[in-house]
Amino acid sequence: MMTNSTMASSATSKSASAGMVMLLQMLVHGSKRIIRNPLTAAGLFVVMLLLIVAMFAPWIATHNPLAQELSNSLQPPSSEHWFGTDEFGRDIFSRLVYGSRITLYIITLVTVIVGPIGLAIGTISGYFGGVIDTIFMRITDIFISFPGLVLALAFVAALGPGLEHAVIAIALTSWPPIARLARAETLQLRKADYIVAVQLQGASSTRIIFRHIVPMCLSSVIVRLTMNMAGIILTAAGLGFLGLGAQAPLPEWGAMISTGRSYMLEHWWLVAAPGAAIMLVSLAFNLLGDGLRDLLDPRN
Amino acid sequence: MQNTKLEVKNLQISFSHEGNQVNAVRDVSFSLGQEKLAIVGESGSGKSTVGRSLLKLHPKNATVEAEKLLFGDIDLLKASEKTMRDIRGRRISMIMQDPKYSLNPVMKVGDQIAEAYLAHYKVSKKIAQEKALVMLEKVQIRDPKRVYSLYPHEVSGGMGQRVMIAMMLIPEPEIIIADEPTSALDVSVQRQVLNLLDELINESNIGLIFISHDLDLVRNYCDRVLVMYAGRVVESIKASELENAHHPYTQGLLKAPPRIGDIRHRLPTLERDPSWLYN
Amino acid sequence: MNMINIEGLNLSFGSGSNESKILHDVNIQVKAGESFGLVGESGSGKTTVLRCLAGQYHHWSGQLSVNGNSLQHKLDKKRCIDMQMVFQDPYGSLHPRHSIETALAEPLKIHKMDNKDQRISSILKKVGLDDSFRYRSPHQLSGGQRQRVAIARALILEPQILLLDEPTSALDVSVQAEILNLLKELKEKEGLTYLMVTHDLGVVTYLCDRVAVMQNGHIVETISSSDLANHGASEPYTKMLLDCCYHTEARLNDTTSFAN
Repeated sequence: MMTNSTMASSATSKSASAGMVMLLQMLVHGSKRIIRNPLTAAGLFVVMLLLIVAMFAPWIATHNPLAQELSNSLQPPSSEHWFGTDEFGRDIFSRLVYGSRITLYIITLVTVIVGPIGLAIGTISGYFGGVIDTIFMRITDIFISFPGLVLALAFVAALGPGLEHAVIAIALTSWPPIARLARAETLQLRKADYIVAVQLQGASSTRIIFRHIVPMCLSSVIVRLTMNMAGIILTAAGLGFLGLGAQAPLPEWGAMISTGRSYMLEHWWLVAAPGAAIMLVSLAFNLLGDGLRDLLDPRN
Repeated sequence: MQNTKLEVKNLQISFSHEGNQVNAVRDVSFSLGQEKLAIVGESGSGKSTVGRSLLKLHPKNATVEAEKLLFGDIDLLKASEKTMRDIRGRRISMIMQDPKYSLNPVMKVGDQIAEAYLAHYKVSKKIAQEKALVMLEKVQIRDPKRVYSLYPHEVSGGMGQRVMIAMMLIPEPEIIIADEPTSALDVSVQRQVLNLLDELINESNIGLIFISHDLDLVRNYCDRVLVMYAGRVVESIKASELENAHHPYTQGLLKAPPRIGDIRHRLPTLERDPSWLYN
Repeated sequence: MNMINIEGLNLSFGSGSNESKILHDVNIQVKAGESFGLVGESGSGKTTVLRCLAGQYHHWSGQLSVNGNSLQHKLDKKRCIDMQMVFQDPYGSLHPRHSIETALAEPLKIHKMDNKDQRISSILKKVGLDDSFRYRSPHQLSGGQRQRVAIARALILEPQILLLDEPTSALDVSVQAEILNLLKELKEKEGLTYLMVTHDLGVVTYLCDRVAVMQNGHIVETISSSDLANHGASEPYTKMLLDCCYHTEARLNDTTSFAN
């Protein structure tokens, strides 16, 4: 004879596996649709490539990114050094490969900070409205009215240069758009019948926001975050360029452009290689974001 | 039938969706003279798809085929987009369900009516505006001058639908396709709008295709009824003879809604017979 | 004892010269086990009365009581156990990302009730669905099936009162008949009290014992369904609504052979 608890657990495991099947179907179906759009597929390809390169950097890199070889400095691209060498004779290709780890580290960290903060502030202020909404939205306005890079500069200036500080600075400037987006979605949702129905079931506001509203905002927030990643990469590169982000000798792409600047006229590859990498990756994130928007749009 | 305006024979409409072919409408045949023809069915029966395909307003992934699709002497199947543009609005016009969504929210309603006239007749703006005012009066709007300069959000649902009717009638079409024109309106307003439409149609010899889900409404309003089920016409019958409808689906639809003072304890529910799809 | 007691309910929006009064001194008494209909055209305030009871507006004035407890402006859990609601649009009233099981388990989790599994099974059976529906999501269901799930969700807390907001007006007539039959059957079996809002006089006389006719936020007339059907209405507005309704039914009444 089955007891209640085993029945319940079999039911939950069944529903969990049903959920897994649904998720898998969605993934398969989704990836098919992504691939159908060549631009999105290209974006996805570059982002995957970035992930793979970052993961297997030691195997992909041809040289040690930090090893200096002064006798070999400022060499143009060749079969030995695919993208040439910099002023200390370090292999630029290898530095780019290792630099992808820093780029990924920054965007992951910023996204992990910004996503939840933006979602929480946006949904809470949209759901409650009134005074809470006014306070939260004025704070958001203050952050939004600072130019991102300037606020980041001020912040780094206060805390001192460094990768972690750059991440915090970027995160501080990039949550407001997410919060606004989540708030706009919540404003539409909170009058929906299914939200009224759970209110009438006695659900607490926390429960309604996190179990019923957040899942509905998630898809547009994910799209927005993906598009944001392009901006994050650019801001990170900008901070690196200004010498306020990753510090030498770390192979951060923006910092590489910054140091390569002095040799730019005679030795173009010092700037062109990291510049192209930044452009390619931020373009890829934009394309992917566009594709995801079409894919996750509930109207489809 | 004398004076046939529209002739449809074996109309087939299918949609392709991600490689799958779905037949939305099969073997629909009818002809329309100067009369009020109702197309009745439940959601998903294909009734609106038929209406839209007559104006070639169907989505890109739809294929429309027919043995005959004649409007006067124009073969609609072969008509070019340019011919269709001349026909749409000018010779066949369409009234939609909800005026809220079919009127341009940032344009005065009067101007929208005048615009509908200007689109098809080469006249001065002044004359078109005069025409629009006359038309507003014709749809029994009490103060046409005032209403002319209102924006769509400032008019009630019933008035909005009158404006829509004025807009559709001003180019003097030969056929009007009305897709659930009153289901967004209150019952009292519904009746006024329908009576008005009726008068105007009789006045100017227009053929009406009235698409609706409401058999009760249609039986009193229209001359002939096509009952559609799952993309097929299961019964074509004179509205006055609906009580003697043969098809079990038509009978089911007639019996299903509760009436005032209904003494039935349970309402009969429709048993859908798969064989309906093969006759 | 009155299951639902509404006395002198007033509600207005805006203030000062912009103030618009939505409800004027509405009085409704519904006995236990009775089903009561509110009819009227759009803008008459019939749905607003329901939403006041459901705790969607917090600034009404007057006396509301349900099952002997007088209601505060904020929703409390007691009210949820007493009273649940079924909405008009079956496509908007179920969370699109939640499976049927999740939707039905949610109220049980909120009220920390036991035997979730059995309760869900039996409630699904009650509304005429089998267990295979548990793991489906709303977009895989038809309009009628969704409305059954919405009724199941309302009943799973075993309330004594159901608020019905045009529960069948978004459905096809054949599906409407199924849902009305279900509602009638549930009422008889479970002894529920209904307060239903509708614009359809046929539906209201079929399901309800008494009817209040509303116009511009006022109750014009309260009348029993049988009186309404037997031309007992005295107010001109009620007569006008009846007239519109009979107009569409006119030819049918000549051939009164549709009772089966």
